[in-house]
Amino acid sequence: MSGWHTDTLTQLAAGLRARKFSSVELVRALLARIDASQATLNAFISVTREQALSDAAAADRALAAGSAGALTGVPIAHKDIFCTQGVRTTCGSRMLDNFVSPYDATVVARLKAAGAVMLGKTNMDEFAMGSSSETSFYGPVRNPWNPQLVPGGSSGGSAAAVAARLVPGATATDTGGSIRQPAALCGITGIKPTYGRVSRYGMIAFASSLDQGGVLTATAADAALVLREMAGFDANDSTSVDTPVPDYVAALEQPLAGLKVGLLREFFDQGLDAHNEQRVREALKVYEQLGARLTEVSLPNLPLSVPAYYVVAPAECSSNLARFDGVRFGYRCEKPRDLRDLYSRSRGEGFGAEVKRRIMTGTYVLSAGYYDAYYLKAQRVRQLINADFTRAFASVDVLMGPTTPTPAFAIGAKTSDPITMYLNDIYTIGANLAGLPAVSIPCGFVQGLPVGLQIVGPHFSEARVLSAAHAFQRVTDWHTRVPQGYA
Amino acid sequence: MYDFALVFSLRHARREPPMALTREQIASIATLARLDLTSSEVPVYQDSLSRILDFVGALDRAQTTDVAPMSHPLAGLSQRLRPDVVSEQDRHEQYQANAPQVAAGLYLVPKVIE
Amino acid sequence: MSAWETVIGLEIHAQLATRSKIFSGSATAYGAPPNAQASLVDLGYPGVLPVLNAEAVRMAVKLGLAINARIAGTSVFARKNYFYPDLPKGYQISQYEQPIVAAGALDIVLDDGEVKRIGITRAHLEEDAGKSLHEGLPGVTGIDLNRAGTPLVEIVSEPHLRSAKEAVAYMKKVHTLVRYLEICDGNMQEGSFRCDANVSVRRSGAQQLGTRAEIKNLNSFRFVERAINYEVARQIEILESGGAVVQETRLYDPDRGETRSMRSKEEANDYRYFPDPDLLPVVLDQAFIEQVRATLPELPDQKAARFASQYGLSAYDAGVLTGSRELAAYYEDVVRELPREPKLAANWVMGELAAALNKENLEVGSGRLPAARLAGLLRRICDQTISGKIAKEVFETMWSEGASADAVIDAQGLRQITDTAAIERVIDEVMARNPAQLAEYRAGKDKLFGFFVGQVMKATAGKANPAQLNELLRAKLA
Repeated sequence: MSGWHTDTLTQLAAGLRARKFSSVELVRALLARIDASQATLNAFISVTREQALSDAAAADRALAAGSAGALTGVPIAHKDIFCTQGVRTTCGSRMLDNFVSPYDATVVARLKAAGAVMLGKTNMDEFAMGSSSETSFYGPVRNPWNPQLVPGGSSGGSAAAVAARLVPGATATDTGGSIRQPAALCGITGIKPTYGRVSRYGMIAFASSLDQGGVLTATAADAALVLREMAGFDANDSTSVDTPVPDYVAALEQPLAGLKVGLLREFFDQGLDAHNEQRVREALKVYEQLGARLTEVSLPNLPLSVPAYYVVAPAECSSNLARFDGVRFGYRCEKPRDLRDLYSRSRGEGFGAEVKRRIMTGTYVLSAGYYDAYYLKAQRVRQLINADFTRAFASVDVLMGPTTPTPAFAIGAKTSDPITMYLNDIYTIGANLAGLPAVSIPCGFVQGLPVGLQIVGPHFSEARVLSAAHAFQRVTDWHTRVPQGYA
Repeated sequence: MYDFALVFSLRHARREPPMALTREQIASIATLARLDLTSSEVPVYQDSLSRILDFVGALDRAQTTDVAPMSHPLAGLSQRLRPDVVSEQDRHEQYQANAPQVAAGLYLVPKVIE
Repeated sequence: MSAWETVIGLEIHAQLATRSKIFSGSATAYGAPPNAQASLVDLGYPGVLPVLNAEAVRMAVKLGLAINARIAGTSVFARKNYFYPDLPKGYQISQYEQPIVAAGALDIVLDDGEVKRIGITRAHLEEDAGKSLHEGLPGVTGIDLNRAGTPLVEIVSEPHLRSAKEAVAYMKKVHTLVRYLEICDGNMQEGSFRCDANVSVRRSGAQQLGTRAEIKNLNSFRFVERAINYEVARQIEILESGGAVVQETRLYDPDRGETRSMRSKEEANDYRYFPDPDLLPVVLDQAFIEQVRATLPELPDQKAARFASQYGLSAYDAGVLTGSRELAAYYEDVVRELPREPKLAANWVMGELAAALNKENLEVGSGRLPAARLAGLLRRICDQTISGKIAKEVFETMWSEGASADAVIDAQGLRQITDTAAIERVIDEVMARNPAQLAEYRAGKDKLFGFFVGQVMKATAGKANPAQLNELLRAKLA
């Protein structure tokens, strides 16, 4: 076998178009890697072997006929939060263990239309609620850099799969950091686009006003290519924005010189691991050498982003997950005594502990007597945080800082205290509250574990943010590092 | 490990011990949310929900008089309207393939008494 | 004066007559096989999202304009969270703090002819729930979600209604209005138009409202009247025996003619309303509102006022004739043919025609007797071809055989005799045959005039022109 798997997604797409190898060959090789890794990493919930091979054969015919799209024959994986027609879609939950979606999510349909070949559905925190991919009904995902550690979450399966080069790209979702945090912990590139840039139709909702689909890849150039195909207006999603999608790939090479970079003072506080901070500061120096102008900025309300998030997200989730009631689809308890029993036991048995915790938190903060003090208050604080960002972007082009406070942590280390777990998203949540595009790129290692640099831009500045990430990757090689055993 | 207060030098204005939810409060939230909890789960949620509520209590520090709540990240956008066109067909058999119990096209649940 | 005062507010639910549902492209037609019109959105499938139907918005605005309400420049959809099998998502998308239609009002006419203004607090858009079916399913309930997602406008009145009769009058007024506006088919059997009644009683003169009960899902005017009357009597009885009314949801049982507490809604609900993050604020500019205003038809009250002044009708007649847009249009079609006879037309439309329609349970728009045809009949009365009495017979034949008035008159030889000489000839014969009565009449028994009219009519098979006959007979008998 040649070294295909270490090729970037962009290189694979070009190789397929040039007919250097076939999609079937490539898919076979990667399916073998997935099989070999599954016992260690547990990155996949479902592997769609037959369909992948037949789609790859069709892709090869299209390539031969010269009727190929941008991603024809390129293997990808979908986070198991995206509905895939005729394929089990579990969202990492017992609740949907037997659920076969009768339709494709818009993201899935678009990538299919662009020619991408799905190899399977990746493991994740149950209903995307978590920062470690430990809450999955299908067992925890492990970090390819060290299987004792978490890969981050909730898109840990997608991140581990890309980091271990099982697939060159995988879809993911980000409600509070679920793309960027696992990207940082697994040493890969991840982009959470502007809220409304990628359709949420068919993406099983966690917190509707925060959820956004995106992609995990090895490089920013790969992310640009996949995002260009995923993004765009969708009439089925009322919150999807009807503005044209720029050619992110063409925009990658825009010059970086003169870029005004704001360093978030609040991100370089005591909570940041000193070694992590060092790697991030080194990366910022690289940007300075590339011609960026660094200034410090302050977003005074940003420290309240985590508490605001842990009111808003559970509130929305408590309502979004009410549809899982054991009546029309999903898990139903054995022998319900009556309707109440059917609901309570189907939900009590079908949902895991963290999902139940968030549903209850959300139920509480929305209930009579607490709505104003919690929910409305949090939405007002959200407004303040948003205003802070708007003010910052009046003077800088992008904001930079760490993606996470620390590198990957041990499996089980934070499961006992939800607050400790929630604080993993301390640097990422702000972008969700304000709906901003943000990427995480690898910027070095601490004790053999990758560290992520986060770049946040104003609404719809994906091209700017991706090109800034690309400029860094042109002069560094962190993004080319592959965990031992997966090279 | 770090804690929130350390991370952002943020300390609660009030120093009294966190308000604890009672077993009864947990039970009534669980009822409202239709979640059957085992007796061993109740104290776990009692503890963690109390801590979460204490944690989010930090929001009290923010001065939000005259600040409008923000329910959407994209301010200024308004709802798009769909033309009144029938675009769906009868696919109940396909959709009901996922249902635990159906008969004669109906979803079945235990008898509902009104 | 009664010791108790009744206070009623109605929440009327009108299904909007859109083709597709409020948030999905499913059909809204009534009577489809179970779940045949339940799409993924209606079923609350994982991952699906709502998109708002433009027509539902237009219809709600139309209603708002018709009740002189302010239309909200920005309205917001919220989620009302509760678990019930006919509610697939576990929440109903409705409007809560910011409804599309703000305060308005409607006038109703009381029995004594007094006009009373009933305040409308608000009207908002929401989605209907599905249906639970119990019959023929032992031990289980079947759920049909065809109705789930059908657009509803909920019209909430102020507690201004003081009796079951007023409540019915108000509900009928709204019913007429939504049908005028063509935003609801008004079909109450199918549940397209129904209401919840909030009923309480208080001591006459008391300022504070009594504890209310909410009677759910009343789908006929008769049920509204009976349910409220039952509920009022029940509450008074409780209060008079020293008890307290419980705030609760009750259901009207038409078979027993009573209301009873709904067990399924027993527990206090905490709906946890919050803005639906899947939908953005609905923003309507003045241009849109004016565009909708331009589509407003002449409203029932305006039309009734015009009928009264333009056609010289009584307020009552004008009210009846404008009871539906179809009836009013029919009447005006008849009058257009007979511009000088608006009252004759009114009498016939409200009399013979209405009776015939009622008897066969037909709508005026059924086409059974086109307006032009009725006008043709009335024209023969006006030109004295037939008498009013004969006209009623002709009408019956026209109704049953679908023929024109002239065809019936000719076929049955019903043309009125207006030839003076001919009528005089008959009078002479009648006088000759009845010398005794003639003598009595001439001796002063005036009542016998009718006898002679009857005899002449009998001899002419009712075809003698009545006015002419009267005149000629009076002269001859003198």
